[in-house]
Amino acid sequence: MAVLNEEQEMLRDMAREWATNESPVTEFRKVRASGEPEAFDHTAYGAMAEMGWAGIIIPEEHGGSDFGFLSAGLVVEELGKTLTASPLIATTLAASAIMLGGSEEQKAKWLPKLASGETIATLAVDEGPHHDPAEIATSVSDGKLAGTKGFVAEAHGADLFVVATTDGLYLVEKGDGVTLTTRRLTDQRSHADIALEGAAAEKLENGGDTLLDDVLNRARALTAAEMLGMAQIVFDTTLDYLKQRVQFNQVLSSFQALQHRMADLFAGLAQMRSAVEAGLQAVDSGVGAERAAIVAKAEANRVLHTISNEGIQLHGGIGMTDEYDIGLYLKRARVLEPTWGATGYLKNRFATLGGY
Amino acid sequence: MATQLEPEARENADVFREEVRQFLAEKFPEELKGKGLSMGGIEGREKETPAQKAWREAMGERGWGTPTWPKEYGGGGLNRKQAAILNEELARAGAYNPIGGMGVMMFGPTLLEYGSEAQKQEHIPPICRGEIRWCQGYSEPNAGSDLANLQTMAEDKGDHYLVNGQKTWTSGGQWADKCFAIVRTDRSDKHKGISFLLIDMDSPGVEVRPITMISGTSPFCETFFTDVKVPKENLVGEEGQGWTIGKRLLQHERTNLSGAAPGGRGGGSLADIAKKYGKVNADGTLADPVLRDRIADFEIRWTSFLHTARRAVEESKAQGGVSEISSALKKLGTKLGQERAEMTIEIMGLQGLGWEGEGFSPVELAGVRAWLYGKATTIYGGSTEIQNNVIAKRVLGMLDHQ
Ligand SMILES: Cc1cc2nc3c(=O)[nH]c(=O)nc-3n(C[C@H](O)[C@H](O)[C@H](O)COP(=O)(O)OP(=O)(O)OC[C@H]3O[C@@H](n4cnc5c(N)ncnc54)[C@H](O)[C@@H]3O)c2cc1C
Repeated sequence: MAVLNEEQEMLRDMAREWATNESPVTEFRKVRASGEPEAFDHTAYGAMAEMGWAGIIIPEEHGGSDFGFLSAGLVVEELGKTLTASPLIATTLAASAIMLGGSEEQKAKWLPKLASGETIATLAVDEGPHHDPAEIATSVSDGKLAGTKGFVAEAHGADLFVVATTDGLYLVEKGDGVTLTTRRLTDQRSHADIALEGAAAEKLENGGDTLLDDVLNRARALTAAEMLGMAQIVFDTTLDYLKQRVQFNQVLSSFQALQHRMADLFAGLAQMRSAVEAGLQAVDSGVGAERAAIVAKAEANRVLHTISNEGIQLHGGIGMTDEYDIGLYLKRARVLEPTWGATGYLKNRFATLGGY
Repeated sequence: MATQLEPEARENADVFREEVRQFLAEKFPEELKGKGLSMGGIEGREKETPAQKAWREAMGERGWGTPTWPKEYGGGGLNRKQAAILNEELARAGAYNPIGGMGVMMFGPTLLEYGSEAQKQEHIPPICRGEIRWCQGYSEPNAGSDLANLQTMAEDKGDHYLVNGQKTWTSGGQWADKCFAIVRTDRSDKHKGISFLLIDMDSPGVEVRPITMISGTSPFCETFFTDVKVPKENLVGEEGQGWTIGKRLLQHERTNLSGAAPGGRGGGSLADIAKKYGKVNADGTLADPVLRDRIADFEIRWTSFLHTARRAVEESKAQGGVSEISSALKKLGTKLGQERAEMTIEIMGLQGLGWEGEGFSPVELAGVRAWLYGKATTIYGGSTEIQNNVIAKRVLGMLDHQ
């Protein structure tokens, strides 16, 4: 665990308490059962915003608390533990794009609304089922956008989209020229394809050539934080189960074959945690952020993949039931795995950055 | 090892092949081409189309759904060569064997070995015709891997047993006509107190409650028995012989399950899927060298698994017992099936993770459910961990640490 300051500890404890008490997995099950494409609870998001979580990375002058990504990650990790469905990550990432690339006017116009939870926003980068920012085709002429974005997370609830084009990032408001088509994925959260036809757009002019990359680093690190929370809970739940399930007159946790498996998972989880925290810290410090974010996401992919499969296996038949939560984590895990870079993409990028 | 057929045998083979071809041309409905038996044949018949029914009945009448079973009980009575020819011709015609399920895979072979003459006469023919569906009443809430810990009690009441208890994870319980169950007839001995009993699912006191799985379907159930009367003639073998018979059945189950891990086979080979969802070079090779390497790596291991499965069959035939490596087969095959399913959804990216609704092809949607359902293959039929224990103790002679 990274060394936290007092404020961060308070933030984490508050997030943990809220998630445990107000947003246990049963709340996600309600969202799922409602079948609404938005797939989140507005009241719950309102409460999160009120606690200041939507503004964690936003500067104080724009209504945020300026705590940075490590702090945002602490909250996101706790929400990942209970599979809390919310547009918090999406909105935080959109806010970071505006902070990095927006004009003073754009910042003044949007950041306070994002921080207060009044406006929900999301990133629309990839155009197909694979993360591939080099393949963007969405174009701009006369300030109007044309193109399609695929599998945009939290699109249904969003009032504002940060859209990647061949000419940089643009802000697009929900409205004329923006059409959503729902895509229901196995995690049963909000995903949609977005057709942009002549949508009015405003460019984020100030971020320089690396703006998209800088935003993607944040996306990778923060998504990895959600995955960390999920991996931790699957691990904890599995360990608890092995400690109480009796077969052959012994608790399963007394079998050496299973002890060694859990020891391997434990070591993997330890590595995942330090990779994720290092990724978030590097984003905050600005030193080696891209490399660190890639390591964070790649390790999150690897470790959560294993833990989610092992979690089911070690529970035996009960792990295969919908009533038991562990399968929900498996399904969410596979959706987050290709998001902002599947392992193959990340390894290739890592090697490229290393000059080999 | 390929053997040269004697001229006469070759002629007979040709005659038989011709017979199969004619049968297929006459009886196999064109519209079923390329389809398969859904859910290994455990699902209910409500969804059966007229074409599917006709095909099942045609094959059942010939006994070709259970080609090597004795003719006198409704099987095909074919020898191994003929059965192989039948399989080849089915594949060539794009046809499938419509007779399956637990009756075929595990119960039938076990009953043929241990059942009384009357039991075989009664139960085997309907299995061969695909008319009766069987479910497996083994697992209980506290008897999973430790199966012999089962507590469902069958009390001797003279002409019948009175059964009380609970089974769980009963696949297809809600659609099954009958259940082969292992029950306790004696509390004083863990293994020798177990008997093998056939229970009518229509009997008063039997209740099934379907359980929804992570794949969204509900093919397995909790099954409750409350004062269920089971006639004495439904006991297979001797009272107290149930553990021996039950384990024999598990051997059939394991062999059948090893290659059967559902991996969303639709969509062709991994390479085909990769070409469809990814980039391809001008010469038709995959543009992503890493993926190409991983697919080749998988296919090499999958091919050698198939060789291993074949060798196990040949060895057990030759030595008249179970091959040493057969214990490894289930563990290998199910793992590979899961690996394939994981690679399939990975290659498709988010397009391979659709749950329902617009924007996904039926093959894509089926692939996701198969990926999830496939997680069960390393759990049921003796989990991978239990297979490891079996290999270590029974094959390698390593000592129990407990
Ligand atoms: C989809 C599905 C269909 C099924 N269909 C049927 C059916 O039709 N009929 C039926 O009777 N049963 C059925 N089963 C039940 C299945 O056989 C059991 O789930 C299986 O035997 C495992 O038992 P369990 O679930 O109680 O797990 P547990 O025995 O509690 O095992 C939990 C975990 O501990 C491991 N473990 C247990 N003991 C040891 C040990 N000694 N050493 C190392 N590891 C160990 C297991 O491998 C597993 O990973 C089905 C199960 C599933 C998932």
